[in-house]
Amino acid sequence: MELIFERSVKGRKGLRLPKCDVPSAKDIPARYKRKGIADLPEVSELDVVRHFTRLSRMNFSIDTHFYPLGSCTMKYNPKFMEDIAKLPGFSQLHPLLPQLLLGGMLTQGALEVLYNLERLLAELTGMHEVTTEPMAGAHGELTGMMLVAAYHRDRGNQKRYIIIPDSSHGTNPASATIAGYQTISIPTDKNGVMDFNQYKNKLNSEVAAVMLTCPNTVGIFNSQIRQICSLAHQNDALVYYDGANLNAILGKVRPGDIGFDIVHLNLHKTFATPHGGGGPGSGPVGVRKDLARFLPVPKVVKRSDGTYALEENWPESIGRIASFYGNFDVLLKAYAYILLLGKDGLIEASEKAVLNANYIMAGLKKYYHLPYDRICMHECVFSAAKQLEKGVHALDIAKALIDKGFHPPTIYFPLIVKEALMIEPTETESKDTLDRFIEAMKEIAELSQTNPQAVKDTPLTTPVSRPDETKAGRELNLRWNP
Amino acid sequence: MNYIPHTPQETKEMLNSIGLNSIDQLFKDIPAGYRPKSFNLPEGRSEFEVYDYLKRMANKNAIGLVNFLGCGFYDHNIPAVVSHLVGRAEFYTSYTPYQPECSQGTLQAIYEYQSGISLLTGMDVANASLYDGGTALYEAAMMALRITNRNKILISGGVNPIYRKIMYTYTSNLAIDFVEIPLEHGQSTREEIFRHLDDKTAAIILQNPNFFGAIDDHSDIIEAVHRLGALAIESVYPISLGILKTPGEMGADIVTGEGQSLGLPLSFGGSYLGFLATRQEYVRKMPGRIVGQTVDRQGRKAFVLTLQAREQHIRREKATSNICSNESLCALRAIIYLSILGKQGLKDLARLNFDKAEFAKSRIDQIKGVEVKRSSPTFNEFTVCLPKDAREIIAPMIERGFSPGLSLGKYYKDMENYLLVCVTEKRTKEEIVRYAENLEVVLWS
Repeated sequence: MELIFERSVKGRKGLRLPKCDVPSAKDIPARYKRKGIADLPEVSELDVVRHFTRLSRMNFSIDTHFYPLGSCTMKYNPKFMEDIAKLPGFSQLHPLLPQLLLGGMLTQGALEVLYNLERLLAELTGMHEVTTEPMAGAHGELTGMMLVAAYHRDRGNQKRYIIIPDSSHGTNPASATIAGYQTISIPTDKNGVMDFNQYKNKLNSEVAAVMLTCPNTVGIFNSQIRQICSLAHQNDALVYYDGANLNAILGKVRPGDIGFDIVHLNLHKTFATPHGGGGPGSGPVGVRKDLARFLPVPKVVKRSDGTYALEENWPESIGRIASFYGNFDVLLKAYAYILLLGKDGLIEASEKAVLNANYIMAGLKKYYHLPYDRICMHECVFSAAKQLEKGVHALDIAKALIDKGFHPPTIYFPLIVKEALMIEPTETESKDTLDRFIEAMKEIAELSQTNPQAVKDTPLTTPVSRPDETKAGRELNLRWNP
Repeated sequence: MNYIPHTPQETKEMLNSIGLNSIDQLFKDIPAGYRPKSFNLPEGRSEFEVYDYLKRMANKNAIGLVNFLGCGFYDHNIPAVVSHLVGRAEFYTSYTPYQPECSQGTLQAIYEYQSGISLLTGMDVANASLYDGGTALYEAAMMALRITNRNKILISGGVNPIYRKIMYTYTSNLAIDFVEIPLEHGQSTREEIFRHLDDKTAAIILQNPNFFGAIDDHSDIIEAVHRLGALAIESVYPISLGILKTPGEMGADIVTGEGQSLGLPLSFGGSYLGFLATRQEYVRKMPGRIVGQTVDRQGRKAFVLTLQAREQHIRREKATSNICSNESLCALRAIIYLSILGKQGLKDLARLNFDKAEFAKSRIDQIKGVEVKRSSPTFNEFTVCLPKDAREIIAPMIERGFSPGLSLGKYYKDMENYLLVCVTEKRTKEEIVRYAENLEVVLWS
């Protein structure tokens, strides 16, 4: 499809600006001005509407397709949450207003939302205090690693390493490194969890923290978490909970109760806020009591008179990690979602997410290799090893699914499973959708045996077929040129 | 209330096909002793009740104030079409375009966004966006350290103080030597910059217009920076680039900024949009996602995520950044906004902001004892020196219905009497005049 820039017609306008009601000022000296003009499109409003509407129709989305992207939790995003974020009392509020004298009194509703959400998230995770500032899960991880550093600096500890299992998300080692640490990778054992003996051997007094995803990325809850945490604590190392998969265990177990010291949550996963084509997300961080003094500023506090305020004066705080208080519109939506579902609704969401994943696992294990054959949590991980014997890769299975009207699962992750197909159905999908998906996967498995080339030729129903990624990387074309 | 479709009968059938009798058996890997010590959450409510409650919360916030507060976050008009298009669920309920064949909509929109940011800043390439303007500036600094293999960074005191705080937070565990260049008459002087610039310097960080709204041409500084093998990072306000000299024209190497002014509501600080653009030679050192154009098997134009070998899901601890998402929906807003504004529209909008602010300056300058600082030209924001501590006028001005601007004493010592005032295209002549009249009354009655 042509670019919006290619629709440009010289002289065409899309917007009428207000007429200037003040005298025209003396111009800025020429040396401060740009030469020429930015070559933005010259299009009408309808041109813009048609263009972006057509683009939208080239996407798969939750509202149009089953989207079982493992680890990403693509559950239904309730519509009323969008309306709440658009309320003018929230959407038109300037973030610096509460930093003006008296301004705090004019943002009481927004501050109360933040405060209440922090309390709810603390209760959900078993943590003492929460900051809503991190703007994505990876941002929460980085914040967490800086909290780890603040803790050890405070105790005069010299620590250099972060222990991370090899099944982790790539963000874990990247966040640890960016915070100034070196990483130690621990392999996964035959049961799909971090090898306990290797962990014990690698743990030493120079380890600052252990970062764990729980349930982990193969969808397994590690029954030895408590022992792992207490061993870390014996070495004065902290244990970090990557909350990417918290949606599996709401009300069943809380990270804070079993030894985790720092937690991040992905509100866009567990609490159903839209993923927006890749963001914005939200990654609040919770900590145990003695770490609360290190949390980033400004903090939202409740005063004794029942009003809310921002507090910036926390001398031990790691400082400022974001311009303001986090992705406020996302926080609002997550807050609305938690209030709507309530205690029982959240617990049932986890239960049905786990039920759906196990139903798919049971339905597909005859057709696809299952590296860890045991009850899973919210997602299951298959391998395309059987299909590979006929030359069909996980990638080919993904593309064939597109032709059958399903968004593919996550592929080639976790890295520890060869030709991985990571399927996370979420609780909002019905049995009949899952049955159709299982049937489609079964047909692809059969076609891989009888006519592997047909699988490799997919997709045939999309606006474009498989793009040449090598060419994209070698002959970089990253923008339109006038 | 929840969104679960399962009937009791279906749940039973599903459990049977797994070979289980109860939901509890699904959770048998969680030892009994791990059960929550508490889970004190409220009971669920209906959609109507939650909406009503949050509407009441929204109404506790002030929305009727006439806004003269900016500081990097601006109250611009957002055409209705922007929200309508961004509200298409095919955009907002999709995710990262890992599967390009069924994500061409998001991919092409990001490519168009990258093009728009490149054109606006006068740079070669832009990434698919970062969290916000402050974290984007931090990422730019880290990128400069990687490119130069040096560890000293000069940063102008005219860079948004919030951004400077973010920068210091993230780098507190790293061996980076930050030198803050003090201000004189609201600008970093050349003398101070050249005094600190040396062959250990990785980069200088400048902002244009700076935090006080002052405009400068940094070409000479950037030339000197390049002579020493260092890089120039510019933080910019995108709307101002409708008329101001671009960082590309000044020779900058990395450009970042807050994209909120490109069609995003103020929304109490987020979701916002950090943009980052650079020169072609540094593209492989850039953090964040990037979309590229290529061809499909039939030779048709197609878009994909590219240069992924820089990123955390492939490189893990060796990645250029830990970032795993972008602010995709915010970037979509920005390119729709730029498209509807168009070539002439952006220029006219920038001019409108400039004219309104100049009018406000001349009107406020007439108030007894008040002086508008004029040591540099400004765009749509400027500083005003009051005859008393600027904090003292905030509350009375708010009571009179104005969000009057920022009192600068909080961020700059010796500037207690200064107020930072912003005037966008949304302010009418009548509002500006009333603002000045009220300020005069507040100061002198």
